[in-house]
Amino acid sequence: MTNDPAETRTCLVVDDSAVIRKVARRIIETLGFAVTEAEDGSDALLRCAEAMPDVILLDWNMPNVDGYAFLQALRQRPGGTGPKILFCTTENDVGAIARALRAGADEYIMKPFDRDILTAKLEQVGVVQADAA
Amino acid sequence: MTELEFDYLRAYLKQRSGLALTPEKRYLVESRLTPVCRRFGLATLRDLVGTLKVARDSAIEKAVVEAMTTNETFFFRDRTPFDLFRDVLLPQAMARRAGQRRLRIWCAAASTGQEPYSLAILLQEAGVKLAGWQVEIVATDLSTEVIEKGKLGLYSHFEVQRGLPVQWLLKYFTQIGEQWQIAPSLRSMVDYRPLNLLNGFEALGTFDVIYCRNVLIYFDTPTKADILGRLADRLGPEGALLLGAAETVIGLTDRLSPNPQHRGLYGVAAPVVRAASPVAPPVSQLRVAAR
Repeated sequence: MTNDPAETRTCLVVDDSAVIRKVARRIIETLGFAVTEAEDGSDALLRCAEAMPDVILLDWNMPNVDGYAFLQALRQRPGGTGPKILFCTTENDVGAIARALRAGADEYIMKPFDRDILTAKLEQVGVVQADAA
Repeated sequence: MTELEFDYLRAYLKQRSGLALTPEKRYLVESRLTPVCRRFGLATLRDLVGTLKVARDSAIEKAVVEAMTTNETFFFRDRTPFDLFRDVLLPQAMARRAGQRRLRIWCAAASTGQEPYSLAILLQEAGVKLAGWQVEIVATDLSTEVIEKGKLGLYSHFEVQRGLPVQWLLKYFTQIGEQWQIAPSLRSMVDYRPLNLLNGFEALGTFDVIYCRNVLIYFDTPTKADILGRLADRLGPEGALLLGAAETVIGLTDRLSPNPQHRGLYGVAAPVVRAASPVAPPVSQLRVAAR
């Protein structure tokens, strides 16, 4: 866990909304992360094959390969258990949250989120130090 | 609002809540008290000041004080003070209190309850180690409105996301429509009471741990010193006081001293032993020394 520029952390933002990706990128970059983007689960798997990120902000409802299918596929890949997964959706019921955790998500973010929430969740999964924000 | 009216409100708030408003906080007064005017059918802040001057209307007085109180809080805020509680303060207090099996914790500016409930969660997580212990969390705040919200333990999606790990959201909260309510077992651990820190709080008794975070910053120096001195009186001999990151005891009181290992943690200072006045040596010795 470091914010040393020499060990820049990487974050993959997966969301079919370009607006959400842009907002998330802007926040996460201010925390010292190098950010890449994917617009669905299929695209995200390709990004992970190129370079496994430290953390993935993962939308749940996407066309083609959704967040759930992506996460199941990712976790079975070599190195696929490494990234911390922040599951992100507008579905706020207990069942949806529990399902995401069972699938291997580490934390849960309800949309809409802001900088404070995103930072707090990144701290909770241990990829940002508590006093770094 | 004229300068005179602003000055009146500053003095009024200082007297009632200890809030020390600098002249540049004029915008804050206007933005927070304009809704109070609307609520009570007053057209302008001038009318509000006029009402406060001439009428003893406790509802308006309370609304003015509460509107100016900052209630910003969230679960496990700043994280470190809670890690410290779980890893250091709780084990130490349990070792000290093993005979009585009783712990008392005070959240002195509890706001809407996230701080005391964060501690209650950590105590529940300690589980079997605390079986048979009597643990009391006293939660006080100036605002009765936020105390009522704290008692209900009902939070929005936005509020439960701020600092609360999702596993504990599922474990300790029940979803009610668009909101989440904390479990009755946790609500029953917290004793809410209205309290203005400017007034005496001796009746609360003594505590093993006091959280008084992010409230002293709103007070002027003499008020901070006064409250810190009285908080020291409420700590047991090895009790712990936690202040906010921007707060300190240094230069305000010698009753409390910072813990060198943990930022924001303070304990009761050891009594200062004054050096005894030098006793004049006998005249005979002076004569010897003079040789």
